[in-house]
Amino acid sequence: MSTRFNLLLLTLGLLVGHVTTAQHDGHESTESHEFEGVHELEEEAGFDPSPFIIHHVADAYDIHLWGEGESALHIPLPVILYSEEHGLDVFMSSAFHGHGEVRHTEDGRYEMAHGHISLAGSHDHNHAHEEGHDHGHSHEATLYDFSITKSVFGMLFIMALLLFLFGRAAASYRKNPGQAPTGLTNVLEPLVIFVRDDIAVPSLGEKKAQKFLPFLLTVFFFILFANLLGLIPFIGGFNITGTVGITAVMATFVFLLTTLNGNKHYWGHLFWPPGVPVFVMPIIIPIEIIGMFLKPIVLMIRLTANITAGHIIILSFVSLVLIFGESSAAAGYGVGIFSTAFMIFMYCIELLVAFLQAFIFTLLAAIYFGEATHEAHH
Amino acid sequence: MELLTILLEIGQGLAGLGAGAAAIGAGLGVGRIGGSALEAMARQPEMAGDLRTNMIIAAALVEGVALFGAIICLLVALG
Repeated sequence: MSTRFNLLLLTLGLLVGHVTTAQHDGHESTESHEFEGVHELEEEAGFDPSPFIIHHVADAYDIHLWGEGESALHIPLPVILYSEEHGLDVFMSSAFHGHGEVRHTEDGRYEMAHGHISLAGSHDHNHAHEEGHDHGHSHEATLYDFSITKSVFGMLFIMALLLFLFGRAAASYRKNPGQAPTGLTNVLEPLVIFVRDDIAVPSLGEKKAQKFLPFLLTVFFFILFANLLGLIPFIGGFNITGTVGITAVMATFVFLLTTLNGNKHYWGHLFWPPGVPVFVMPIIIPIEIIGMFLKPIVLMIRLTANITAGHIIILSFVSLVLIFGESSAAAGYGVGIFSTAFMIFMYCIELLVAFLQAFIFTLLAAIYFGEATHEAHH
Repeated sequence: MELLTILLEIGQGLAGLGAGAAAIGAGLGVGRIGGSALEAMARQPEMAGDLRTNMIIAAALVEGVALFGAIICLLVALG
């Protein structure tokens, strides 16, 4: 039995106390909370919020709608694995049988433990990622995981949605050129104009804005729609922009575009900042070079941490109900009322954050592009 | 309990305190930025648009540092 501080402390700054993690003693609780549809009660003697929250924030191989154990409703997603031993294998994640921490496929080739798939028998925990740049340091076999996980599925869904929405909007502009926008276009046009007039043009200038606008608009709408998808309850709690892999790819694109478009002026500022005394150069130059890499890294962490933190806070309010509900039903209901009120409040804030983070990512990307392409005039 | 486990427990508690400290720092920083921006906007309402953009950039930078702190605390608490 170990007492530990939990995630609540981290996110709320609230000391909920020493939550006791009791062992699994096979004592199944019969009640199944379906709070918010997507959150289930850990069926243990003592409720431990940390694994509960991590389970909901982390990427998964299926979309967990609601319920727990046998009654749980999952939407299985395709698992795509490649290993030298078994070659390419494609199957649905429902092929993993059994419940509990470690599950196997029917042919006994793969096992899933703690949300990670590995070759059965090899006891390394491959931290498998959808990008496939995974190198489990196993002594024999390496498993490459290209699975369509929850985040990848959400990402593909957002891409399809954006293609559809903007395809429709573009068609309507072609059909009625010069007319006032109608319907769907009415929603999208102000946002596009906002990105152009408030983000791209002030930081890049009229001419260069045209060059970078396609990228900025893509990033803006992808982040915005992905954030909003994550806030829809009852559909499995997508955490697309809270997945490091996805934000890392976007930040890499920003880094590449900045570096490849950097002009003489930009590199000059980086390697020999003008107007700086020579004896300060050994300090300034390394800082400038570190800063070049740090900017996209912070871009990545800001988005990931903000979106994940939002999810964690809402889940913490859910956990609060379950923690108090354990001691008595009345306490559970009492806390539940306030928790729900705070949760609705947090949802409103998260709607703002969803937009704000898309705005900040795009704005900072535009500013970095602007720095890289800025013409010397001093 | 062994000494090591006790130390680990203390470390996790300190991680929480660290997150709190990061939140205090970020709160002070963002508060100052917001306050100054409001003052400036009240003085020159015609500059409100520019000021708002710059305020958000500065707030995002401050927040980035605070999130670094939060992430490190999260790693300590979970690790």
